[in-house]
Amino acid sequence: MGALPAIFGPDTALPRLSDSKTFPSFLMSSMTYKQQWFCNPVRDVVAGAVVALALIPEAIAFSIIAGVDPKVGLYASFSMALVISFVGGRPGMISAATGAMALLMVDLVKEHGLEYLLAATLLTGVIQAVAGVFKLGNLMMFVSRSVVVGFVNALAILIFMAQLPEFEGQGPLMYACVAGGLAIIYGLPRITRIVPSPLVCIIVLTILSISLGWGDQDLLRTVGDMGELPDTLPVFLWPQVPLNFETLAIILPYSLPLAVVGLLESLMTSTIVDDLTDTSSDKNRECTGQGIANLATGVLGGMAGCAMIGQSVINIKSGGRGRLSTFSAGIILLILCVVLGDWVAQIPMAALVAVMIMVSIGTFNWSSFRNLAVHNKTSSVVMIATVLSVVLTHNLAIGVGVGVLLSALFFAYRISQLLEVSSELSTDRQTRTYFVRGQLFFVSSSKFADAFDFSEVVKHIRIDVSRAHLWDLTSITALDRVVLKFRREGAEVEIVGLNEASKTLVLRLAQHDKPGAMDDVGAH
Amino acid sequence: MKKLLVCTDGSVYATSICDHAAWLAKRLDASIHVLNMLEPAPIASFQSDFTGIIGFDAQQKLSDELVALEQAKSRVAQSHADVIIKAARAHLTESGIPDAEIEAEARHGTLVDAVADFDPTHDMIVIGKRGEHADFAKGHLGSNLERVIRISKHPVLVAARAFQPIERVLIAFDGGPSARKAIDYACRHPLFQGLSVRLLCVGSPSSAAKLELEAAQLKLHDAGHQVEVEQPNGEPEKIIPEVVSRENIQLLVMGAYGHSRIREFFIGSTTTALVRTCQIPVLLFR
Repeated sequence: MGALPAIFGPDTALPRLSDSKTFPSFLMSSMTYKQQWFCNPVRDVVAGAVVALALIPEAIAFSIIAGVDPKVGLYASFSMALVISFVGGRPGMISAATGAMALLMVDLVKEHGLEYLLAATLLTGVIQAVAGVFKLGNLMMFVSRSVVVGFVNALAILIFMAQLPEFEGQGPLMYACVAGGLAIIYGLPRITRIVPSPLVCIIVLTILSISLGWGDQDLLRTVGDMGELPDTLPVFLWPQVPLNFETLAIILPYSLPLAVVGLLESLMTSTIVDDLTDTSSDKNRECTGQGIANLATGVLGGMAGCAMIGQSVINIKSGGRGRLSTFSAGIILLILCVVLGDWVAQIPMAALVAVMIMVSIGTFNWSSFRNLAVHNKTSSVVMIATVLSVVLTHNLAIGVGVGVLLSALFFAYRISQLLEVSSELSTDRQTRTYFVRGQLFFVSSSKFADAFDFSEVVKHIRIDVSRAHLWDLTSITALDRVVLKFRREGAEVEIVGLNEASKTLVLRLAQHDKPGAMDDVGAH
Repeated sequence: MKKLLVCTDGSVYATSICDHAAWLAKRLDASIHVLNMLEPAPIASFQSDFTGIIGFDAQQKLSDELVALEQAKSRVAQSHADVIIKAARAHLTESGIPDAEIEAEARHGTLVDAVADFDPTHDMIVIGKRGEHADFAKGHLGSNLERVIRISKHPVLVAARAFQPIERVLIAFDGGPSARKAIDYACRHPLFQGLSVRLLCVGSPSSAAKLELEAAQLKLHDAGHQVEVEQPNGEPEKIIPEVVSRENIQLLVMGAYGHSRIREFFIGSTTTALVRTCQIPVLLFR
């Protein structure tokens, strides 16, 4: 506990923010809002600086992917980081302009331009904030681990693929610079761990480019060639779009996937940060925070952003834990850009490509290759399907949708295998009793129907479902049809144990107050 | 059987906390549950790796490193907790509490959360006035004290640094609901049997409070206590400590945090002031 209680303890009679009865939503584990800011000040600022240095190339690269000026991505990263540090639900997580979001904006920018992008950002913010208020963050429970791994892998692949166009029409110098950059990025940490190697890579390549005149001689593209860089602090701009349904019809098909992808990546990243720091966080508060941050970003001339897995891991790795790390990342990013604007314009794109390749390598989940052999086939299929659908459509939301659908179908199929129908004939050969055990729902209904022998001639049929569970209307209908068919053949049918079996038809199982009711449901 | 929740952190207050708990257990015929909390450190572990890159399987490697770091730290904390628990158990056994009535354990989490969890099943809480930081910034109270008192629905005994045999009790009465609760408790339970009880109402009370005071006096009388009443004028924060030292009181009983938050913000909390200045144990009711 260290010196913290002495600093933040109740040595005065001030009302305490930490009183869990009055301010429950501000708690991350047991920390107050103030503690979330200042629990780790020096390390947070340093980590924020390390993150900002990697954020600059990323923001520029993602702006280029989206087809807008680097200015837009840089302003977006600044405002996302700044606002999220105040209103986010996961301290220590970095939010900025991201590749996942940038890929969804390409068509909108191509067809309608920047102003519509800003309007779409505002609408994304609204959707996300509403999702947070209505606690839709809890829907994350339907996204299985395979889908998450698929999402992350697809994101890494997309980031890598987005670098390939940079090589078009460029000579061997480009390849050499990128290779050199990667060598510095991966090689420098072996010599020293106190300097961020992406920074060194950028500085070295920029110095080489300036001194050897590569940029001037057009041998190498620089950042300045790609568009405008920020030269002032961001100003408040309302998007210049008409406020009518036509605009809504244009931006809604983009805002919806943007909101979904943004929330997905943010919630996944917050889970990762939760695990790394062994603390819990408020997922719904994060959703609302993302919404507010996107709203602010939209009016400051930035593109929509979300949390970043790679940068958050770098932040934790560099010792950042509190809100101050996100805040300082945003501030330092903007200061560097505005103050060093002219130098930033001279950074060769090769340096950015090298940093982005490093990010994509780090984001990809390499152990998923090993796991393909070890994990069960359905999980692997879900993961691969997610990756493929994303890579083919460049839309992470579609990939996640496909993944969630597949995992749900696989799950339903596997549970449907848990159905067993046995039978025995009475000694006087007049009664056959069928014992049904397991889960009876829409997927297993046909298996259920096929288990009965309708060609046997017998006077009485008893169907014992007391060890089975009926889950939906299809199961009742299936049971009905079996009964009717037997009746048609002249047998008398008796159903035993329908009360126990239909307990699961009731939607709110938790209302059964008999102890052991849940054990009953789980039993085969 | 009644159950006492005794919160200890192995500091200088540990022996006194156990003594107070033993005194209460014998008077109330209660069993004792000793609790030592292994609080999660706000910042559990650090990496000083400023390379700013993420390599292959970076997340997994980082996770493994952090877990290994924290495991090492937690093992040390666990063995420390072992020592505290053993010492508490030994001390209670020496004080004459039968082994079957002592339950001692260490748990992970914050003290406030644990008190919230255990409150429904226990009848009283014993906590030290301060803890491991007792010798820093003298004059302050323990960091958990106010939150534990606010969160508990049962009486809380705040143990002083040293235990003295308790013979004279002072009940600070202001007519409020928590003070009335204190009186009810004193009447219903044999806690103050055989002790000299003094009822103190400071300042010029309203007529309602005066009636309450008389009712309290009657109730205590009916329960068999010899009550002396005192009604001095002045500020409770000044008068009560004076009475405590003048009358040689060993236990102060009062309602806690009865005033509104706004009054506390501007004027300060009477409870905090009294717990801080009086060097005797305080039994607080809410």
